[in-house]
Amino acid sequence: MVRRSPISNMFAGSPVKPLQEHIGKVHECVKKLEPFFVAVVGKDYDQVAILEREIHRLEVEADNLKHELRLQLPNSLFMPMPRERILDIVTHQDQLANKVKDVSGVVHARKIQIPEEITELFLQFVRVNISASRQAKKVVNELDELVEVGFRGREVTSVEVMIDELDKIEYEADKLGQQINNALFVIEKSMDPVEVMFLYRVIQGVGDVADIAQRVGARLELLLAR
Amino acid sequence: MDILVSNSTLLIGMAVVFGLFMAWGIGANDVANAMGTSVGSGALTFKQAVIIAGVFELAGAVLAGGGVTATIRKGIVDVSSLGETPELLVYGMLASLLAAGIWLLVATRMGWPVSTTHSIVGAIVGFGAVGIGMEAVQWGKVGTIALSWVTSPLMAGAIAFALFRSLQKLIIDTEDPLAMAKKYVPYYIFLVGFTMAMVTLLKGLSHVGVKLPFGENVMYAVMTGVVVALIGTVMIKRLKFTPKADKKFHYANMEKIFGVLMIFTAIAMAFAHGSNDVANAIGPVAAVVSIVGSAGEVAAKSATPIWILLLGGVGIVIGVATYGHKVIATVGSGISELTPSRGFAATLAAAATVVVASGTGLPISTTHTLVGAVIGVGLARGIGALNIGVIQTIFLSWIITLPAGAILSILFFFFFKGAFS
Repeated sequence: MVRRSPISNMFAGSPVKPLQEHIGKVHECVKKLEPFFVAVVGKDYDQVAILEREIHRLEVEADNLKHELRLQLPNSLFMPMPRERILDIVTHQDQLANKVKDVSGVVHARKIQIPEEITELFLQFVRVNISASRQAKKVVNELDELVEVGFRGREVTSVEVMIDELDKIEYEADKLGQQINNALFVIEKSMDPVEVMFLYRVIQGVGDVADIAQRVGARLELLLAR
Repeated sequence: MDILVSNSTLLIGMAVVFGLFMAWGIGANDVANAMGTSVGSGALTFKQAVIIAGVFELAGAVLAGGGVTATIRKGIVDVSSLGETPELLVYGMLASLLAAGIWLLVATRMGWPVSTTHSIVGAIVGFGAVGIGMEAVQWGKVGTIALSWVTSPLMAGAIAFALFRSLQKLIIDTEDPLAMAKKYVPYYIFLVGFTMAMVTLLKGLSHVGVKLPFGENVMYAVMTGVVVALIGTVMIKRLKFTPKADKKFHYANMEKIFGVLMIFTAIAMAFAHGSNDVANAIGPVAAVVSIVGSAGEVAAKSATPIWILLLGGVGIVIGVATYGHKVIATVGSGISELTPSRGFAATLAAAATVVVASGTGLPISTTHTLVGAVIGVGLARGIGALNIGVIQTIFLSWIITLPAGAILSILFFFFFKGAFS
């Protein structure tokens, strides 16, 4: 015979933890790109298949977390951050995992190879994109601190610095992508046209990771501006 | 009048049993709401919360419960209007206790949101207006009480907002929150001790017959504040900080210091709750005892006997011990997202509001006050998410509980009237 307590009913479940869990899972998925492309470069196709499946599994898990978060965010919530913005952020976070799944899917299905001339540049490009995702994760992980300080003061400044850093990483990724495209342009005549076409597409896809990560950061910045 | 004399033991016995039952209900259910924020924020283990609730609910009831008890006893129904028929008040008070007790039992079974305070006030107004007559009810006083049900959550909200903003300014948003917390938290502990002691000395004790000059009150209040602040300082000194914990959540160590502060606020809350809610159970008992004891002489002047306050306090403690501990655990586990800094701001704001109401003799809902305080912290953007659907349940408890208590108590009133004459 326990009376329903209005006090505990009030604490409806903040979206902060679920949001952080989601980007944690997403980043786990993004991180797999490095071993994946190392295996591609090394022509270890068993390993490529294993990692592709792994990426797919992580993407599905992230998807589930996304659905859970959306379901537990009822309309009657009073939050220091707008509900729409939270939903927007989780959508973008999710696109990171989607992008990684698409890229690895195409590479695996078409057995795409990375030409030796651009191998080193390409792996570096992958790593920079992964670090953009890592930086986005770091920013999202500051959300509970932002709630703790009530979205004002020093903590806000330090998050802004982190978002600036994310922008820089994205810019670096852009530049690297350009260099790879140029390098590929030089050798493309000697390659199979269809393969070259898909290679450009893979480069584009990997570069999208940093773009999306930057978008996640930009949306978090909107939470600060009030 | 003969009825009162010949049945005096039976009437007082019934009043005591009904009153104890109400007090038990308060201890079993309502205390959990008062202690929930402290357990939920991790400042107290659930066992500590039960012990604090036991000791300080009793202390609050005895030391500061006189004012609200007097209101319930003789503030709502005008005792002087009874004249030759004082037994009507006895029947009415018994009926009110029974009505409120049964209504709470039913509502709890059904999972409806109800308030003990609202049930008993509704019941007393009900039997007064219908059983005795419209003019017997002191509508002005009832209006004041009703108004206080609106103002108390608002006031608690405003205080909580201000308290939390001061924490942000002084401690949280600084270069070294941990050092600032060490520096300022003892002052907040002083504030807790001082406020509680001041209101109790000034308002509460006068109802149990102790009255001191103002200067002495201030002195004792300051002394209480200093003593608890010193105890708090020692407790903070003995804390162990782990820099590693701050890697994951930058404010983990700072919150530990607020955990110490929260212990004192929890004590204040238990005290405040005891001082206000005990009256719901024993106000009617006191009325019955005073009328029957003086053989029909409706004494409007006498203070509430200490043994009756004690009876209520003990009833609450039994409620906590037999059943309330489970509810405290349930409610506490539902509030795990509250950190001690927020828990402190909300709980102190509520406790201060409730204790002021107790001093003024206004029966208010501790739970609603606490809801207001939590929303106040939420307005300062301090809580991740709040389900403000609860505001609806507050309105529901006004709309449903008042008439329900009134109707039931009218029924019981006529039953007692018929049975005894």
